[in-house]
Amino acid sequence: MTVSNLKEKKIKMRLQCPMPKLDFDIITLGHGSGGLLTNRLLDSGVFDVLKNELLDRRHDGAVLQLNGPTAFTTDSFVISPVFFPGGNIGELAVNGTVNDLAMCGAIPRYLSLSFIIEEGLEMEAFWDILVAIKFACAEAGVTVVTGDTKVVERGKGDKIFINTTGIGEVHAQAQIDISRVKVGDKVIVSDNIATHGIAIMSVREGLEFETTIESDSRNLNHAVKALLDEFGLQVHLLRDPTRGGLGTVLTEVARDTKLGIDVHQKDIPVDEQVSGACEILGLDPLYVANEGVFMTIVDGAVADAVVEKLRTHEYCQHASIIGEVTEAHPRQVVLTSGIGGKRVVNMLVGEQLPRIC
Amino acid sequence: MKFLTEYRDPELAQRYLAEIKKTVTRPWTIMEVCGGQTHSLVKNGILAMLPKEINMVHGPGCPVCVTPLNLIDKAVYLAEEKDVILCSYGDMLRVPGSEKSLLESKANGADIRILYSPLEAVKIAEENPDREVVFFAVGFETTAPANALSVVHANRMGLTNYSILASHVLVPPAIEALMSDEECSVQGFLAAGHVCTIMGMEEYYPLVDKFGVPIVITGFEPVDILQGILMVVQQLEAGEAKLENQYTRMVRPDGNPNAIKTIREVFDVTDRMWRGMDVIPMSGYEVKNDYESFDARKKFSVNIPEAPENKECIAGDIMKGIKKPFECPNFGTKCKPENPLGAPMVSSEGACAAYYHFSDQINRLEEQAIA
Repeated sequence: MTVSNLKEKKIKMRLQCPMPKLDFDIITLGHGSGGLLTNRLLDSGVFDVLKNELLDRRHDGAVLQLNGPTAFTTDSFVISPVFFPGGNIGELAVNGTVNDLAMCGAIPRYLSLSFIIEEGLEMEAFWDILVAIKFACAEAGVTVVTGDTKVVERGKGDKIFINTTGIGEVHAQAQIDISRVKVGDKVIVSDNIATHGIAIMSVREGLEFETTIESDSRNLNHAVKALLDEFGLQVHLLRDPTRGGLGTVLTEVARDTKLGIDVHQKDIPVDEQVSGACEILGLDPLYVANEGVFMTIVDGAVADAVVEKLRTHEYCQHASIIGEVTEAHPRQVVLTSGIGGKRVVNMLVGEQLPRIC
Repeated sequence: MKFLTEYRDPELAQRYLAEIKKTVTRPWTIMEVCGGQTHSLVKNGILAMLPKEINMVHGPGCPVCVTPLNLIDKAVYLAEEKDVILCSYGDMLRVPGSEKSLLESKANGADIRILYSPLEAVKIAEENPDREVVFFAVGFETTAPANALSVVHANRMGLTNYSILASHVLVPPAIEALMSDEECSVQGFLAAGHVCTIMGMEEYYPLVDKFGVPIVITGFEPVDILQGILMVVQQLEAGEAKLENQYTRMVRPDGNPNAIKTIREVFDVTDRMWRGMDVIPMSGYEVKNDYESFDARKKFSVNIPEAPENKECIAGDIMKGIKKPFECPNFGTKCKPENPLGAPMVSSEGACAAYYHFSDQINRLEEQAIA
């Protein structure tokens, strides 16, 4: 599926879920009180969006049946702006946690969903976020089984913060463990990098620039499952390079394995528009955030087959081998630049700040 | 990407490298003036590809690095004490002042905004008529026209709540100061392509004549830099000292006359303190008296005493090319990008920070620390 198909699908989903008629336009402190207003918010159709058997019980928590080894993860989403090209905080909150589970080699099953809303958030915005959550859950095949809603005073939040916690069953053939990374393994990225970070940057106050770049927020669990179904134990490591980007994940792996990693700049897939935006903004795509991309380290013998398999998946069309694990230069990531020079890739100190000139 | 990939072409780069190797017969010390070039040299791994005869030293052309402590203190003061909306280019934020950086000040609640253009700051001033908006106007000649234009623009709009904290520095006086230093060993220069795109070539002829050094105005992509180095080496080997222009796709002999006119409309040339290098005569811009209501220094009469630089930092030696970052005992130990002792470790374009980010020395140092 191309990006525009994804967009059409999202629009369609929005049309299928018209906002109910409500007697309030904005979320107020009362909606988080736990009392009548909270119940009216939940009953008025809002939580029908996420309807499922476990959630409908409205109990204090959900009782789940799980089989075998279980993966468990949590993440909080505080993105600004809440709506960005190609998505909003809602689908990000689902996909982020789904992808973290997938990186453990797990099949994501259940999510918890907690909102911390700043009073004054327009009901319509909240609705859009909910619909995005519904869509993302359906796509990923997960259900929201428990949740919470709190409202904080104006100025004490930033429109809406979302926390999701996820549980998944570990794939029977998965053994994702950094200790399994060995010399000769190949490093693969699943798609173009740096897209999400640049999409967000393009709408930040003071930095706006015109572009058609859209966030790559999407689930990766189906692609990962397909990979594990076919290559199982030969998949040694899965990581999703969100904040800090690919460069940071690579340096972490080198540090933790005490092995070296060679990467080749010419093989790292970056969309041409994103690459141009990075040039103009003075940013290195290696350190720009991703949402719908993963890095995997696989047995060298199956690397080409892994790439071929990934490329058949709609979200992994630019999958590429970008490097290999080596015994030379332990604990270091060495990048061969486009012109053939070599340099070390290190971790960033703080946030990547745009340069003057 | 058009106009970019051509200048990152590996085959072309190899051809220039081969030509440099063929031409060079003895050791030469060449300085790239601009921090953007330092960044490119290190990021593309060019330093290690050059023949060992060529010693690249890294000049003072990182505007963030050479901005004096005092000016950062002033910016922090304006943001915290005067309740202004302080707008700045991104990489100024992490630079430590004598007490704190703008990033820390922002975390403490000051209204500090990262912008790409001073015209955005004018827009913010227009949208917030009851707040004062100050743009931290840092940079070489390259950013001066846009900063000057923001003042012209605000003046034309009749805005009374916009001003700039100007700290512009100029390249030719810095080269003059470097070459006048007896310890300086630089034999040829790559001049900064973007600066010359604005200012043209005229200012550099007197330097070539006075000091007898080759100067080649050079771009920033790997192929640009390799070609620039080759042109300097060819001159050195032939015993020549000329001004040449490698960056012909951007630099015209008379620069950008409109930009120069805007600079002269708003700024006067003045003496300027350079962090790590002391005061260099006639090496900066200040806002002209005609526009003094747009000069944040005058508007807010900020008087903050000069804070002393850290004595352990050998920034002067680094920027004059006398020492390399690795030769500093504090490099990567006491002095790191997250806690810089001085100027060149501050911005990613500073020589020490560039070495720190892209070199293997750090891991070795960390390994030593672990062992």
